[in-house]
Amino acid sequence: MPQEIGLLLVFLLVFLYDTFMPARSQRFLPYFTTALFAVFTVLSFVPCQMGEAFGGMFETNLATWVMKCVLNIGLLLVLMQSIKWTNDDFVSVRRGEFYELMLLTLLGMFLMVSARHFLLFVIGLETASLPIAALTAFEKRYYESHEAAAKYIFTAIFSSAIFMLGISFVYGMTGSLYFHDIATALISEKSALLFAAVAFVIAGVGYKLSLVPFHQWTADVYQGAPTAVTSYLSVVSKGAAAFAFLVILVQAFGAAYAQVWQWMLYAVIILTITIGNLFAIRQRNLKRFLAFSSISQAGYIMLGVIAANTVGMASMMYYILVYIFSNLAAFAVIAAIERQSGRVTIDDYNGLFKTNPWMAFTMMLAMFSLGGIPPFAGFFSKFFIFVGAAQTGSVAIYVLVFIALVNTIISLYYYLLVVKAMFIRQDECVIPYIDSHWTEELGMTVSVMGIIAVGLASGIYTFFSQITESVGHIFAMI
Amino acid sequence: MEIFNNPLIYFVIVPLLTLLGLALCSNKGIGAVRAVAVAGATVLVGLAGWLVYLFLQARGAGDTSEMLLRSDVVWYAPLNIKLALGVDGVSVVMIVLSAFIVFAGVFASWKMNPLPKQFFLWFYLLSTGVFGFFISIDLFTMFMFYEVALIPMYLLIGVWGSGNKNYSAMKLTLMLMGGSAFLMLGIIGIYFHSSTDGQLTMNILEIAHNDAIPHDWQLWLFPLTFIGFGVLGAMFPFHTWSPDGHASAPTAVSMLHAGVLMKLGGYGCFRIAIYLMPFAANELGWIFLTLTGISIVYGAFSACVQTDLKYINAYSSVSHCGMVLFAILMFNTTAMTGAVLQMLSHGLMTALFFALIGMIYGRTHTRDIRDMGGMMQIMPYLGVGYVIAGLASLGLPGLSGFVAEMTIFVGSYEHADVFHRVLTIAATCSIVITAVYILRVVGKLLFGAVQNEHHRELTDATWEERLSTATLIVCVAIIGCFPNFFVNIISDSFLPIVKALGAAI
Repeated sequence: MPQEIGLLLVFLLVFLYDTFMPARSQRFLPYFTTALFAVFTVLSFVPCQMGEAFGGMFETNLATWVMKCVLNIGLLLVLMQSIKWTNDDFVSVRRGEFYELMLLTLLGMFLMVSARHFLLFVIGLETASLPIAALTAFEKRYYESHEAAAKYIFTAIFSSAIFMLGISFVYGMTGSLYFHDIATALISEKSALLFAAVAFVIAGVGYKLSLVPFHQWTADVYQGAPTAVTSYLSVVSKGAAAFAFLVILVQAFGAAYAQVWQWMLYAVIILTITIGNLFAIRQRNLKRFLAFSSISQAGYIMLGVIAANTVGMASMMYYILVYIFSNLAAFAVIAAIERQSGRVTIDDYNGLFKTNPWMAFTMMLAMFSLGGIPPFAGFFSKFFIFVGAAQTGSVAIYVLVFIALVNTIISLYYYLLVVKAMFIRQDECVIPYIDSHWTEELGMTVSVMGIIAVGLASGIYTFFSQITESVGHIFAMI
Repeated sequence: MEIFNNPLIYFVIVPLLTLLGLALCSNKGIGAVRAVAVAGATVLVGLAGWLVYLFLQARGAGDTSEMLLRSDVVWYAPLNIKLALGVDGVSVVMIVLSAFIVFAGVFASWKMNPLPKQFFLWFYLLSTGVFGFFISIDLFTMFMFYEVALIPMYLLIGVWGSGNKNYSAMKLTLMLMGGSAFLMLGIIGIYFHSSTDGQLTMNILEIAHNDAIPHDWQLWLFPLTFIGFGVLGAMFPFHTWSPDGHASAPTAVSMLHAGVLMKLGGYGCFRIAIYLMPFAANELGWIFLTLTGISIVYGAFSACVQTDLKYINAYSSVSHCGMVLFAILMFNTTAMTGAVLQMLSHGLMTALFFALIGMIYGRTHTRDIRDMGGMMQIMPYLGVGYVIAGLASLGLPGLSGFVAEMTIFVGSYEHADVFHRVLTIAATCSIVITAVYILRVVGKLLFGAVQNEHHRELTDATWEERLSTATLIVCVAIIGCFPNFFVNIISDSFLPIVKALGAAI
């Protein structure tokens, strides 16, 4: 609970600053928010009191605490990257709203992560989804931004409806919306209704994770939304949803693992990884490109869910952390370049190494990490998540891991296309020297340090592993 | 930190320090870059010599443990991943080989242009991976270093290469990474069956000692790992990256890649695939033996019809590396010793070939043998070097190739059954084919009529080129003249493997 209260406090302070401070000091609002949030992020690492609230609807344990810290790191990086952008002439009039909505969606995600009751989960899901539609439409000047927001909100509403239909089935079967009540009530349940309920729940959360076939909105929204929002959507929102998804499937539907959702998820993972990859190859716009890449990355994250064991859970949280650093490094570069030159296609990045060596270097590390090349963190996270999945021991899962591995080769191809544009096509420079703001550079530096250090410093994964061991009882039903 | 008392760790630290030194050099001048690169390479050669001394001393003192200079540092405790170091004779000679080729490679890329600093950065990252691979005996770190060695190739070829470099770089990277995808699955599979008492491990020695991998799992984990490494060892039909990649790569990269990186394939095949899964090796070895037999003959024939010097040499590498895997799959000490000698011999002479080709290309700006001739009159030093490399390649006694091939064929012929005999005889034919393509090139390129009058104005090798090639020539001759020294280091290393194979029938 302290984390939620702290976040609300940050939100209120930002709100007060935005409302009551004189206009001439509004320029410092982004710095104020980011600094305040940085303090909050650091403080959130202090272990807080664990326990339940709202009659067991809300639970904090070590795993949710760590997950929230990871999400904080993600949002902090996003905020750092967007300081300069929110001070642009056009955006500046509404920058207060930008920060307030960002913080509120994070609160929604905290609720999703900690919910142990479907009602609270839905509240979290809605809080985390609807403000994002407003954020997506933030670039009022651009038609694409509106289109993206409309697409996002329709998908969000429709998915919520399906999700709620699913949990109403569950309520009909079990008479409760508490995860642990549902789990015990479902032990001997094998009706078609259960299949439908689980499928609807997967569809409802799957849209947030942009799992295939619920991914249709992703590319357009990523392209149309302001880059800060895109990066937020691609890592933080996805990470929170993935963790909540794991908790729901394991804790509420644990008994139905082998018969019901393992196979559904199996198919979804194969589709997600493969289709995300194949579509990414053809993209020329980097934001669309990263949209499809993030679809396939979500497939890899789901390997930790289908594993349904502590190694898988630790690996999934670790994967999300690594993914935050890698993807945000890429988005930091894209945002800085887009802000100054307005260029976002891969061809524009030709010869970037000549004009902006450090940005090209950051982007290259991001691509290598996303592609799973050692010694960068992406390699470790991929390996661990495969180990987690393979621990189930079934041959079918080995086949799944193999398909995922083949897909890493495909993904490496398109990640290398970006590297190729930046380093190999040196004769045709398009983007001039970009004079990036120090906050953007700070964001990039932190991301690069994360990419390098998170993998080599084994303590992080070891810590995650201990944490998940301590909540191992949630896998009792599997 | 106890691990810093282990000399092996410095084979990773020195390249990393060199990387750091290079990163601190200014982008403009080349002098500082050269100085740092040469210093790093020299220290590595010195370290390699010291390692041989330590190894021989330990063996001489009667230390018969399988791996020497062992040390373990826990890295990822939850998965029991350790930074486990240790070397046996094979790793020692491989490290020595790598050190010398890095040394020669630095001098061969003396005039690297453009971006010399970045070139050497990637070059040393590649070396870090190679050395790390040879000193590790933990599956995870081995695999990690293996991939560290692969990815710099993409940029090294893409940025500094020639010809159809984009295509070649992408093809090479994706095929090798494809191989490593097989490998990763294999490693995960091995890990989960590494022991029966629940204490899963990644340590090769412990896995081999436990011998716990069920036979039905071995039957599909073995092909996965063998193909994974076989791709890098240019095994037919996974060799197609090799000709394109080598032809497009800059000189030093071709040297390091053909000279050392392809050896990672052969080394991994016996250290992981065969040693850990002897049952499956016995069962399925014949499939891969046939494939490598095809590699040997097919590579040699392909080399006969190429006109690009680098393609000739790349196909000849396919043939010679096929010989390495072929000998490993013979499962006896003689042939396996021959395999390691062949790795050494091929590594050195191919590096020599690629160095010479790079130097000739730097002068004539063509690699097509139809456009060149009479080089012996124009650049006698390079010409003589080429002849020596050629003679080593076709197995002239006194040079390294003869020792290696002789040992391999004697070892292979120890098998009395028809299948092995036929394959051995077929493989032996490749010596004749090798003579055909080597003599064809030597005759045309070196002794033929001068094709282009402008070529008469070209100069012979400069001092750094002479140093680079002379180092390799001396190594080739040393192996050819004193093979016993190397055989003594190597041969004990195969006893546990052969024993495991024998026990698993």
